[in-house]
Amino acid sequence: MRKQRLVVVGNGMAGIRTVEELLALAPDLYDITVFGAEPHGNYNRILLSPVLAGEMALPDIMLNDLDWYRQQGITLHAGRSVSCIDRVARKVRSSDGTEAEYDRLLLATGSTPFILPIPGSDLPGVIAYRDIADTEAMIAAAATYKHAVVIGAGLLGLEAANGLKRRGMEVTVVQFADWIMERQLDKPAADLLQISLEARGLRFLLGKSSEALLAKDGRVAAVRLKDGMEIAADLVVMAAGIRPNTQLAEAAKLHCGKGKMSGIVVSDTMQTFDPKIYAVGECVNHRGTVYGLVAPLFEQAKVCANHLANFGIGRYGGSSVSTKLKVTGIDVFSAGEFMGGKNAEEIVLHDRVGGVYKKLVVDGDRLAGAVLIGDTADGAWYFRLIKDQTPIGEMRDRLMFGEGSLGDSGHAHGKNAAAMADSAEVCGCNGVCKGTIVKAIREHGLFTIDAVRKHTKASSSCGSCTGLVEQILASTVGGAYKPASSADKPVCACTDYPHATLRQTIREQKLLSIDAVMRFLEWRTPNGCASCRPALNYYLISTWPNEAQDDPQSRFINERAHANIQKDGSFSVVPRMWGGLTTPDELRRIADVAEKYQVPTLKVTGGQRIDLLGIKKADLPGVWKDLGMPSGHAYGKSIRTVKTCVGSEHCRFGTQRSMDMGVSLEKMLFGMWSPHKVKLAVSGCPRNCAESGIKDVGIIGIDSGWEIHVAGNGGIKTEVAQFLCKVGSEDEVREYSGAFLQLYREEGFYLERTVHYVARVGLDHVKQRVVEDGNGRRALYQRLLYALQDAADPWVERVAGVAKREYEVLPA
Amino acid sequence: MSDWKSICALEDIPRLGSRVVEAAAGPIALFRTADDRVFALDDRCPHKGGPLSQGIVAGDRVTCPLHGWLIGLEDGSAVAPDVGCVKRHEARVEAGRVLLRIS
Ligand code: SRM
Ligand SMILES: Cc1cc2nc3c(=O)[nH]c(=O)nc-3n(C[C@H](O)[C@H](O)[C@H](O)COP(=O)(O)OP(=O)(O)OC[C@H]3O[C@@H](n4cnc5c(N)ncnc54)[C@H](O)[C@@H]3O)c2cc1C
Ligand code: SF4
Ligand code: FES
Repeated sequence: MRKQRLVVVGNGMAGIRTVEELLALAPDLYDITVFGAEPHGNYNRILLSPVLAGEMALPDIMLNDLDWYRQQGITLHAGRSVSCIDRVARKVRSSDGTEAEYDRLLLATGSTPFILPIPGSDLPGVIAYRDIADTEAMIAAAATYKHAVVIGAGLLGLEAANGLKRRGMEVTVVQFADWIMERQLDKPAADLLQISLEARGLRFLLGKSSEALLAKDGRVAAVRLKDGMEIAADLVVMAAGIRPNTQLAEAAKLHCGKGKMSGIVVSDTMQTFDPKIYAVGECVNHRGTVYGLVAPLFEQAKVCANHLANFGIGRYGGSSVSTKLKVTGIDVFSAGEFMGGKNAEEIVLHDRVGGVYKKLVVDGDRLAGAVLIGDTADGAWYFRLIKDQTPIGEMRDRLMFGEGSLGDSGHAHGKNAAAMADSAEVCGCNGVCKGTIVKAIREHGLFTIDAVRKHTKASSSCGSCTGLVEQILASTVGGAYKPASSADKPVCACTDYPHATLRQTIREQKLLSIDAVMRFLEWRTPNGCASCRPALNYYLISTWPNEAQDDPQSRFINERAHANIQKDGSFSVVPRMWGGLTTPDELRRIADVAEKYQVPTLKVTGGQRIDLLGIKKADLPGVWKDLGMPSGHAYGKSIRTVKTCVGSEHCRFGTQRSMDMGVSLEKMLFGMWSPHKVKLAVSGCPRNCAESGIKDVGIIGIDSGWEIHVAGNGGIKTEVAQFLCKVGSEDEVREYSGAFLQLYREEGFYLERTVHYVARVGLDHVKQRVVEDGNGRRALYQRLLYALQDAADPWVERVAGVAKREYEVLPA
Repeated sequence: MSDWKSICALEDIPRLGSRVVEAAAGPIALFRTADDRVFALDDRCPHKGGPLSQGIVAGDRVTCPLHGWLIGLEDGSAVAPDVGCVKRHEARVEAGRVLLRIS
């Protein structure tokens, strides 16, 4: 019997996905012919944005290359556009005359960009953003021209603008609505997003309509707005919307919607009004809805393939959609009814300084919509709640805090992903199901989200499933997994690189100055900002001690001036009292200084020493000179204090000499810079009067020696330190504590305290490096001692005249 | 407006740093950018009066040391989303000297 003939018009994402699904169900049913207007195989259109931004290359985004068609026995007419369908003779013809007969026909012609009908819209230099040709045209324009205007601030417009900016153009985004991404975001979210895009150099003109495009020398040169303003433009990208491409269908008199409801009308089985003809993708109008994102199109493809394969089961009932903006380093997520309706209630979290905005729209007992900016980790979870219409009654009060807030700290995540069926789809864009991801993780030994992306394509397109993929990773590899959140986030808007990359690059390239790092990693701003410079400075001096340049201008004022700035601009001075011990002589000098400089406040600190508050900056060197005590570094991301209790020196319960131990640790660590501040305590017995249980390193004396606890924190969120190990001698206390702190100095991210560092890498990792691996521990300890070998007292240096002008006021 | 006054040598201000000038009407912060331009602003952050001279300078902006507002050196205005403005004074470099004209 002759095979049936299937002809596919449109060699794009929806059409070819349908063919793939069909081949999986019924490999031998059809002779397949595909017509595609573009001269390529099938590629991942979504990834044109990373290509434009220079983050990926064209070969990376091919989904099905020409070989694939050959292997599947498919006849591909690439670069041939079908110009008519003869429904009576059941054949199609392309503009170059190629004909193909069909028993069944699949239309997957996608959409056409909407070009504003204004004068000049046909000028050279005016393009849409839809395919490889457009992307190549933009890349070429960016190489020769300077000014770009993007019309439309939707997803596509912003991604185009970001890409062009990354390629060095001056980009202005013009749009009619009053805020950006108005179809996906509410105004507060859009404003926050706009601020971070402006920080990358994009310019926005909102609430404006374009009137005409003006030409010079036969190419577009400017955009004129209705209010008369003119903006220079050597390139204009129209991203003002798309329309279903129904030209061919309409010419063949297939029923299509009109106006706002356009699109080839299909039933729940993806059949058009001609039962021989099916349609999928952006060209389709299903129950009055046209979709413009791939996840729903792939659902359509699945249903359509099932019917083409004559299985006749499965109906397409419509989809809910979520969107994510693909601008590296900026997290935006939106799903469902995010504006809130009449009866809807809103739960909002808005941290302007932290750049986080989250809004959840609740309708009755269901989550109806969500908008997330800055932190989108829970996007996939919210989306599932919306899609599945899960009753939220029980968890409503914790909904805002994410899936991790349910159950005991984060374990719920793991359980959830673990409970998913292997066949459940995780990545809608690339159609990757859980089983495929788990298999890849196991077979290739993957540990990072990046590696999973490379191997499975999951989470590599729109990224909205990233949270879920992370959970699967975590549940599959357990403790070895390092979550992407802090590790993958760019340090600040000056760069796309996360902390880990800075540190690794500084080490591998042996970079020794901030300038060198910025040049090597192609910083976006000329001299960084107050976030990245201090971080870079720390990574340099901790990676290359005694070699890298320490840059005072890249340190916060406290570390630059070696005192703590107060709300009125004066400074406080906290001299070091080793282990909290002092002498009559020191106390007398403190008293004298307080009188001589009229220090308004003297206070005993929570760190067992004395604070002189309210000192004028110009007086600091004098105060230090008269005190004659070393700096207490109460101002630095550095060693702060080692608190001690009296211990067996005096206490009737004491088992160890805690004051001696504390003083010795504090002297060992003098001058140590670290990712964040570091505090220690030594208690002489388990009654723990020095509060060793909430310190970065807490030592507790016991009969047989010492217990070492690490990663405690008494600050914003109190965290009890975790038991690291038990040792016998004071030497070992120094070696183990020193090794732990050196590990933290080498692996901790800037402004990450030990508690957060250990939470990220896992206590097992720390134990392995510090307790189990003896040679490794000794090497860490040696590196610490090497870094601190010549640590000078900054106050003594300044009394001697170093950085003198920092403290001097100029007369007018 | 008063006259131009020679205040110090350009080299007396560190690159990406600042110095404080004690003027009759209160302290003025003199900044020097990486490309050796100088700017002068009242040393009072429009937020809560923080000493801008003590902030970190990057590009042509300074970050206030107290609560991190970003202030543009050229015009003294806070960078969005913050709103506020600090008085500026004219400053220029001539033959290696920094000249200031207090407004
Ligand atoms: C002076 C002192 C309060 C006192 O009078 O006792 C103090 C004062 C400040 N603390 Fe503290 N902390 C002081 C002991 C503590 C303690 C108790 C301790 O060290 O035993 C804690 C909790 C323990 C801990 O850190 O784990 C503490 C947790 C914090 C935190 C929260 C840290 C966290 O990770 O959660 C901050 C904020 C920060 O560092 O980002 C902070 C920040 C500050 C700053 C530096 C705020 C700032 O950046 O300007 C305060 C400076 C005040 C000023 O104007 O000089 N201070 N601070 C204490 C100085 C101790 C010393 O001798 O060095
Ligand atoms: C830059 C960009 C970024 C995007 N980002 C995302 C994203 O992050 N997430 C998301 O979900 N979606 C995104 N999209 C949308 C997504 O790419 C589309 O929804 C999807 O590609 C539509 O699939 P389709 O098969 O319907 O159409 P297409 O992929 O456009 O395929 C249609 C094909 O048919 C061809 N064709 C048309 N008429 C004929 C004819 N008469 N004869 C022969 N061939 C014809 C066209 O040339 C085209 O190749 C993005 C789109 C773009 C352009
Ligand atoms: S708790 Fe610490 S940071 Fe807060 S006011 Fe007191 S000293 Fe300042
Ligand atoms: S005083 Fe400058 S930011 Fe608050």
